[in-house]
Amino acid sequence: MNKRSFAQNTAFGIFWLTGATAVLIMVFVVGYIMVKGLPGISADFFTTSPRGGLSGEGGIYSTIVTTFYMIVVTLAFATPLGVGAAIYLTEYSANTESRVVRKLVILARFGVETLAGVPSIIFGLFGYALFVTALNMGFSILSASLAGACLIIPVIIRTTEEALKSVPAGYREGSLALGANRWETTWKVVLPAAFRGISTGVLLSAGRIVSETAIFFVTLGGSYRVPHSLMSGGRTMALHVYYLAMETRAFDKAMSTAAVLVGMIILMNLIINTITSRISAKQG
Amino acid sequence: MSKLETEVTRMKAEDYCLFYGNFRALNNISIEIPTNRITAFIGPSGCGKSTLLRSFNRMNDLIPGVTTTGTVYLDGRNVAQEDVVELRKNVGMVFQRPNPFPKSIFDNVAYGPRLHGTRNRSDLAVLVEKSLKRAALWEEVKDDLHKSGMSLSGGQQQRLCIARAIAVEPEVILMDEPASALDPVATLRIEELMNELKKNYTIAIVTHNMQQAGRVSDYTAFLLTDENRAGNLIEFGPTKQIFTTPSDSRTEDYISGRFG
Repeated sequence: MNKRSFAQNTAFGIFWLTGATAVLIMVFVVGYIMVKGLPGISADFFTTSPRGGLSGEGGIYSTIVTTFYMIVVTLAFATPLGVGAAIYLTEYSANTESRVVRKLVILARFGVETLAGVPSIIFGLFGYALFVTALNMGFSILSASLAGACLIIPVIIRTTEEALKSVPAGYREGSLALGANRWETTWKVVLPAAFRGISTGVLLSAGRIVSETAIFFVTLGGSYRVPHSLMSGGRTMALHVYYLAMETRAFDKAMSTAAVLVGMIILMNLIINTITSRISAKQG
Repeated sequence: MSKLETEVTRMKAEDYCLFYGNFRALNNISIEIPTNRITAFIGPSGCGKSTLLRSFNRMNDLIPGVTTTGTVYLDGRNVAQEDVVELRKNVGMVFQRPNPFPKSIFDNVAYGPRLHGTRNRSDLAVLVEKSLKRAALWEEVKDDLHKSGMSLSGGQQQRLCIARAIAVEPEVILMDEPASALDPVATLRIEELMNELKKNYTIAIVTHNMQQAGRVSDYTAFLLTDENRAGNLIEFGPTKQIFTTPSDSRTEDYISGRFG
């Protein structure tokens, strides 16, 4: 074997090993959670709420409901704002002549980049100070959704911007040349063409809401009861895992909840993959 | 030989200059586009022929920092004072790369009419059929109107874009190198189609291909950049005259392939 093919084989071997290690670690983590968690899962586990207290008795019904509410309400706030901002930034802002607006747009882009990298507990503190305390909303789904929206709006803006930028300029020109205005062009041609990319971003954000804990720890409270309005507190599944692990002796219940959570996140990622592979199949 | 004096002017540019910021891209252009004729804009790359074409439907308005002096007229009305939606309804455009929307063939053609208020399904169907027939595409797609416009071949896509432009019933069709992305057979079909279309429409075409200009156009405008890289109209007249007895030596040099 000569020197070059030795180097090639060594490099290939190292990459293979690192790749295999990464996959193994993931399989081990997921496998461990499943092995420990799945035996505790039964129909009762999904249909009863936690009973509270040190023992950690009961199921996860109320946390599923809370998680669902949190996804719906947060996306209801964040999607229109995030998509709207991205539309403004990509479709409108480039055409402005005003220097002030141009400066503001640069500032807004910088702000979005920065916010996307801020740790979620900072949004939690902000939400606690503004929504929970100053605006007197208390620990509630409303407070937590507003704080959660602040967290995911930068994500939605960025993914939507990418999706809009990937729409060929020829579509816009073609529409404008037929006498459509910018809004008609955006609504009837650009948005439908970018729809899959935008929905991927929104789904990714839903995944953030499912998996975040810190931000909701300080805005959602920790009530284990089924929420009955936007002003109710609650705990999401991820938050429930935290409470079970830290404040009860029911480590097995934490594992079972984690197993359901992991299953849910895998499912969401499968949906995202289906969407994106359909995009590339269509464009390819 | 057709004479410009006997033609009816459809569009006209008068002392028209266009600037990108401080850069003068078009310098004092005056030209008349005659009705129901094909007028070709030729010249080397960067001479401003596409920019001039895009002045007739104000597509240059979309580029930030563009300013103009002089006037462009459609049927004697200053286009700068027209409603831009109304103007682009009257002055359609076909682009260099076929750009059908990712919608069905039907929805592609119906896009313009729907924008301008035609909602009735059967009115739309009549309009779509008429437009596709005029664009010589109907026979090939009449059973596949629900299929995506993107599934067609390049030449068919370009004819779909022509049908889409026709569907809003324009007076003028601007074509920006409509065949440069197509193979020779598809190019020939587009050229035949243009000859059909000029019975009903006024056509202005930008082309890099001098044989094409010679084959399809009735009038030819030759543009060239001056020492400041601003586009100037060097010569304008009946295509035969431009190609056989040009009055400017620069036109002759370009036509005979000495540069460009």
